Amino acid sequence: MPITRARRGPRGQGGAAHVFLIPWWLGLVLVTAVPLLASLYLAFTDYNILSTPEFNGLENFRRMFEDGYFWAAVRVTLVYVLVSIPLQLGFALLLALILDRGLRGLAFYRSAFYLPSLLGTSVAVAILWRQVFGDDGLIDRALSVFGLELGSWLQNPSLSLSTLIVLNVWTFGSPMVIFLAGLRQIPEELYEAARVDGAGVVRQFTGVTIPLLTPIIFFNLILQTIGAFQSFTQAHVVSGGTGGPANSTLFYTLYIYQQGFTNFDMGYASALAWVLMAAIGVVTAVHFVLSKYWVFYGDD
Amino acid sequence: MTTATLDSTRTRSRAAARRRIRRDLLKHLGLCAFVLLMLYPLVWMIASSLKPDHLVLTEPGLIPSEITFDNFVEGWHALNRPFSVFFLNSLVVTVGSIIGNLFSCSLTAFALARLEFRMRRVYLAITLVSVMLPMHVLVIPQYIFFSQFDLVNTYYPLLVPKFLATDAFFIYLMVQFIRTIPRDLDRAAWIDGSGPFRTFWYVILPLMRPALVTTTIFTFIWTWNDFFVPLIYLTSPKMFTVPVALNSMVDSESQGGVGMLFAMSLVSLLPVLIFFAVAQKQLIRGIATTGLK
Repeated sequence: MPITRARRGPRGQGGAAHVFLIPWWLGLVLVTAVPLLASLYLAFTDYNILSTPEFNGLENFRRMFEDGYFWAAVRVTLVYVLVSIPLQLGFALLLALILDRGLRGLAFYRSAFYLPSLLGTSVAVAILWRQVFGDDGLIDRALSVFGLELGSWLQNPSLSLSTLIVLNVWTFGSPMVIFLAGLRQIPEELYEAARVDGAGVVRQFTGVTIPLLTPIIFFNLILQTIGAFQSFTQAHVVSGGTGGPANSTLFYTLYIYQQGFTNFDMGYASALAWVLMAAIGVVTAVHFVLSKYWVFYGDD
Repeated sequence: MTTATLDSTRTRSRAAARRRIRRDLLKHLGLCAFVLLMLYPLVWMIASSLKPDHLVLTEPGLIPSEITFDNFVEGWHALNRPFSVFFLNSLVVTVGSIIGNLFSCSLTAFALARLEFRMRRVYLAITLVSVMLPMHVLVIPQYIFFSQFDLVNTYYPLLVPKFLATDAFFIYLMVQFIRTIPRDLDRAAWIDGSGPFRTFWYVILPLMRPALVTTTIFTFIWTWNDFFVPLIYLTSPKMFTVPVALNSMVDSESQGGVGMLFAMSLVSLLPVLIFFAVAQKQLIRGIATTGLK
C-alpha cells in the first residue's frame, strides 16, 4: 500500500481531498440524503406543513388505489412516454442517418434541428404551443383548409395530450446530435470490409450501422425516458396548471405539484413522488436487463 | 484507349455525377422543407408579435400588413412591474448558479479524478447514481427545510444547492475531462513542490477550460429556462424570474392580447438564442460527448 501511494503522488492527499470535497459532502447530506430519507418518512404520514407529521402507515398508498386522479396521471404519463419517445428517437435516428452521408451544410441542418431542443422546455414555447393548437391557431387554420373543423385542440380531452406529444417529438434534435456523434465513431474499415464481402447498402445498414449504434440507441432511450417521466413545464403552462380538460394533460409530476404545493398535502405528495422514483427505477432496470438481448458491446 | 471509349466513360461518369447532384439537390430540398416546417411555429410567433393585436389571429400568412412594436412596449409593462425587474432577477439567479456550479463541481471533480483517498470509487458511484434521482422526491423536504429557515421567497433555495455540487452531471463531465489531461503535468508540479491546491489552481483549472465552458453554457440555459423550482419558491411578483412572470401573464391573458404574450415570450428567449448563436460549437460538442439536453 505505501508503495503504490508513493508512486501515485505525495502523501496526505486524503486530507486535501476532504477539503476539496467539503461542498460535495454538504450537498450530499443536506440537499440529497437527508431530504431523501425525510421524504421516505413523510410518505407514511399525514402532513400539511402547519402541524407535525402524523404517522398513518400505508394509508397514502391505499388512497392512491382509490384516487381517480392518480390513475389518470399514471395513464397520461405512460401514454406520453410510450408514444412520444419512440417517435422522437425515430425522427432523431432517421435525420442523423440522412445527415451523416457526407452532405454539405451539415452544421446548418444540425443547428436548425437542435434549436427546438434548446427551447422546448421553456415557458415561452409552451405559450406558443397554446396558440399553435388553440382556437384559430396555426393548426386549426391549416386543417380548416381541408374542411376539418376541430376547434381548439387544448379544449378537447381526446386531442390535448397529443399536442404535448408533438411538442416532445419536436425536440428530437438533442438525441439526433448524439446519434450523429455515434455514427461518426463507426470505423470506415467496417463498411469497406462489408463491401468487399459483397454487402449492399441495406446489408451494410443492418449489419454494420445498426449493431454498432445500439449502445447509442440504448443511451438515448434511457436518457429520454427518464426525462419524459419528469416532464412538467409544458403540461403546467398548456393546461394553466389544472391538467385539464378532463385530466387529459395531468402529468404525474403536475399531480405531485398540485398535491404538495397547491393542497399542501405533503405526506401524500411524498408517497406519490416515491412511486414515481420506483417506477423510473423499475423501467430503467428493465431496460438494462433487456439490453443484453439487443445492445451490441464490442466484438464478442 | 480510343477517343470513342474515352468519350463514353466520360459521359458515363458525367451522368453519374449529374445523378448524384440531382439526388443531393432532392435531399436538400426535402431537408429545407422539413427545417421550415419545424421552425414555422417560431417564425409565426415572431411575425405575430409584430402585428397589431386585432390582426394576430385573424390575418393568415406571415407577412404583417401592418408592422408595430406596440406589443413589445405594452407587454413590457403588462404586469404590475416592468419586465426589466424579471430579467434582472433571472440574471441574478443564472449568474449565481453558474458561479456556484463552476466553483463546487470543479473542486469535487478534481478530488475525484486526481487525488488518492479511500472510498474514491464509492464517491464516484454515488455521484453517478444521484444523476438519475428524480428531483421530485427531494423537493418536498427541501421546501420544508427552507421554509423553516424562513427562506421561501428568496433566492437561497435556488442558489445554495448549486454551491454544494448537486448538479452531478457537471461533476461527471469534468471528471471525464480531467482524465484526459496527462498525469505528467501534475507530477511535474509536485516535483516543483506544489501541493494539491496549487496544482488544482495553476495546472488543472486552466487546462479544463473547455469543460468549464460547457458547464457554463448548460447551466445558463437550464437555469434561464427553469420553471419548476422558481414556481415553488418564489411567491411574490417582485421576486419572479422571467418564466414565472410569463406564466402569470398567461393567467391574466383575458386582459392582455396574444400579441403581447408572444412579444414577451420572444424577448424571454433572446438570451438563450444569443448564447446559442455564440457558443453553438461547444454546445453541440457538449451534447455529443455527454448526452446533456
